[in-house]
Amino acid sequence: MSPYIFVTILLCGLVTWLSRVIPFAVIKNVTVPRWLISFLSFVPVAIMTAIFVESLLTYHAGHWPGVNLPNVYASLPAILAGILTKSLLAVVITGVVAMAVLRLVGWA
Amino acid sequence: MDSSLTFKSGLKDVVPTVFGYVGVGLAMVIVANTSHLSVLAVLLMSLIVYAGSAQFIIISMVLAGSPVSAIVLSTFLINSRMILMSLSIAQYFKKDSLGQNIALGSLLTDETFALSMNKLNQTGQKLRPTWLHAANVVAYLVWAAATVVGCLLGNLITDPDQFGLDFAVVGMFIGLLYLQMITDRSKPLLTQLWVVLFVAVAMYILMRFFPGNVALLIATLLGCGFGMAVSPK
Repeated sequence: MSPYIFVTILLCGLVTWLSRVIPFAVIKNVTVPRWLISFLSFVPVAIMTAIFVESLLTYHAGHWPGVNLPNVYASLPAILAGILTKSLLAVVITGVVAMAVLRLVGWA
Repeated sequence: MDSSLTFKSGLKDVVPTVFGYVGVGLAMVIVANTSHLSVLAVLLMSLIVYAGSAQFIIISMVLAGSPVSAIVLSTFLINSRMILMSLSIAQYFKKDSLGQNIALGSLLTDETFALSMNKLNQTGQKLRPTWLHAANVVAYLVWAAATVVGCLLGNLITDPDQFGLDFAVVGMFIGLLYLQMITDRSKPLLTQLWVVLFVAVAMYILMRFFPGNVALLIATLLGCGFGMAVSPK
């Protein structure tokens, strides 16, 4: 492994670790104002939606994003599985099987 | 998932999420393999950086010979959403020691964060370090194992997508988002649906101008502000 790769990994690890840990140290010692608690209470639903929608789109610099159709198709049975079973495992497995089938029949 | 916050229930709760790690881990190794990065470099990256999407970017930038400073900055931008997640979850561990807090933060991921947010709705808004440690450590070990196994299988399986495994992560977030919406009783479902719709539209518009990871961060911040504005006072 070249020093270039090694140093890159170490520094990338450091900034990632700091992003993870500093908020814990700050919150521990600071009384969080109420508006911030209210703001942060929307982080879960907002960030999970953003992660999901990102996977449905494809970025093309300087253009409107494209739609990742295979992911959209596979999402439909996965969402249905969630509504029917309320089980995380069932959603994941349904989605994976749906994607495998889509690839098998050549739609993805 | 129930209201138990023991180490054992942490192990049990994290199981559905590990499929995603296996899929991403295998995919990453195969990308790394085809780009002639050593097994040791990939494993070291999984153990030290421990962030799926950032690792893909690092591999591609290293191959392009980008300057270290640019790679580190990209990694920071991609992982800056960790700051938001850590800020959110840290409130529930204020009474625990600084050491515990640092240990919990060190292994926090998108997945264990989302899982914890689901768990809060089952436990009357409480979390315990033992439970999150269990989930975090399993996730970390599975990620490391997926990397190693991926290196060994890399030459055999050239296309993990064939088995639909690449969709495991998406499926996991669909499940976690849906469960979050139906179990979080601190907010009306309608308010949450508005936030989901707002963030989805924001993502589409933002991705006209920014890559997905940057759009994701901006859309989340806007979505939180929007949620505050529309939530019943």
